[in-house]
Amino acid sequence: MVQTKSSAGFKAGVQDYRLTYYTPDYTPKDTDLLAAFRVTAQPGVPPEEAGAAVAAESSTGTWTTVWTDGLTDLDRYKGRCYDIEPIPGEDNQFFAFIAYPLDLFEEGSVTNMLTSIVGNVFGFKALRALRLEDLRIPVAYLKTFQGPPHGITVERDKLNKYGRPLLGCTIKPKLGLSAKNYGRAVYECLRGGLDFTKDDENINSQPFMRWRDRFLFVQEAIEKAQAETNEIKGHYLNVTAPTLEQMMERAEFAKEIGTPIIMHDYITGGFTANTTLARWCQRNGVLLHIHRAMHAVIDRQKNHGMHFRVLAKCLRMSGGDHLHSGTVVGKLEGERGITMGFVDLMREDYIEEDRSRGIFFTQDWASMPGVMPVASGGIHVWHMPALVEIFGDDSCLQFGGGTLGHPWGNAPGATANRVALEACIQARNEGRSLAREGNDVIREACRWSPELAAACELWKEIKFEFEAMDTL
Amino acid sequence: MKTLPKELRYETLSYLPPLTDQQIAKQIEYALDQGYIPAVEFEQDPKPSDHHWTMWKLPLFQATSAQDVLNEVRECRSEYSNSYIRVIGFDNIKQCQTLSFIVHKPSNSRY
Repeated sequence: MVQTKSSAGFKAGVQDYRLTYYTPDYTPKDTDLLAAFRVTAQPGVPPEEAGAAVAAESSTGTWTTVWTDGLTDLDRYKGRCYDIEPIPGEDNQFFAFIAYPLDLFEEGSVTNMLTSIVGNVFGFKALRALRLEDLRIPVAYLKTFQGPPHGITVERDKLNKYGRPLLGCTIKPKLGLSAKNYGRAVYECLRGGLDFTKDDENINSQPFMRWRDRFLFVQEAIEKAQAETNEIKGHYLNVTAPTLEQMMERAEFAKEIGTPIIMHDYITGGFTANTTLARWCQRNGVLLHIHRAMHAVIDRQKNHGMHFRVLAKCLRMSGGDHLHSGTVVGKLEGERGITMGFVDLMREDYIEEDRSRGIFFTQDWASMPGVMPVASGGIHVWHMPALVEIFGDDSCLQFGGGTLGHPWGNAPGATANRVALEACIQARNEGRSLAREGNDVIREACRWSPELAAACELWKEIKFEFEAMDTL
Repeated sequence: MKTLPKELRYETLSYLPPLTDQQIAKQIEYALDQGYIPAVEFEQDPKPSDHHWTMWKLPLFQATSAQDVLNEVRECRSEYSNSYIRVIGFDNIKQCQTLSFIVHKPSNSRY
């Protein structure tokens, strides 16, 4: 330790982090926020020092001692690295478990929580890489958040849809349709039997289709399809906007024209905007669909960034009624056990620690409403049995190409998906195994549904098989 | 290539051919196995925004077999043959409705 000469005064200098922030004897409190990091230290940095550095840099510490430290009660505010755990098969990586006192975080602010925990520390030089694998949010902190504006059960009651997954479709092409042509595509999907259609995430308000024109044509499509099918319909009107004021203007207009659900991109839009919108949605009775553009930038690398389960927990706290969660079976990656681990974290109330599913901490949501997982991307009718088997009823299955790519168009494409879904629900409830007999169930329904038969001819049967990239 | 005809629907299982009583019994069996409390509701001219249909008696808290519930469906069907009828299920642990499927439509439809 380097220090100045004064004996009665302040001792300046640089201290090893582990002296203050590595506390293996500490027992975390129920009110502590807990974090599990995957740490890759620079060569020569011992695990205790690296773990302590993470705790310090994400809480009270800075690189050198400052005199004003002496005016605070460090024990009350410091993060503590309370456990270090080697990772089998990775000689330069380990898990560091860190406990943060509740007082470090502003009530009801995901923004503040993330700014602390995944702030500067991720660029810290002593670490080669750092990944936040999981967070345990204490009940005391959770109770300062509104969470999802409605949650799964209220959404079902509002929509009058029970005992099956919801069906959706993203309107394509992503960019370039005029508002009226777009509305027609929506109408055709909804009248064919889908519950929802969706704005693509990059549809905001471009020159070819301004938001207000889109909202009006889409709302007309929803109302027409609803009258013709006698079922409640919706379209996720994307209110993601350049400024908070513009976002709220779009949301207010959506409510004014009576649309049931709007949409936001919570990572590109930001947590503050999302939380504002979620609170507005609860006050105004509008459902909120959440897209996750940019998540893969943060969660894809195994040794750096944040796992999606953390982003999913953050969204449940910030607020959203739906959240994209991968399909397990489609074009985007995601291993089944890991995916279902964070799906449970989105929609269940109490989730036990289970390392095989990537869940590092038991999480009690204390009755916060659940978020409906949305499986979207590269799926078609032959995937239906697997999707129902994997995700169960409380999910939203979105077939984009799998609806619009039907040889007869959107409406028959939608019917094909709805028939396939209901055939699977009927079979499952009758006790048949969708994993084993799924393809038979679909083929049987083809006999009386020409729309499904046409879809089944176009797309190829699949096998129920899983390969993982997102492993532990 | 076919144009999809316009057709009124009544939510879960309404895109399947009308269920036979045997098929209805299997769905009820599933509801009972899940621990749901079954009930029967009917409505003559339901609109999509009608969240509540009229209940046929109270929920069948004491039902022990699919047959018990099916008997109520049959009674309801004979008394209100001009109405749409659905079986619903309540989960008293989750404290919400969890199930609903159509078991009777008064008019002939394509499916």
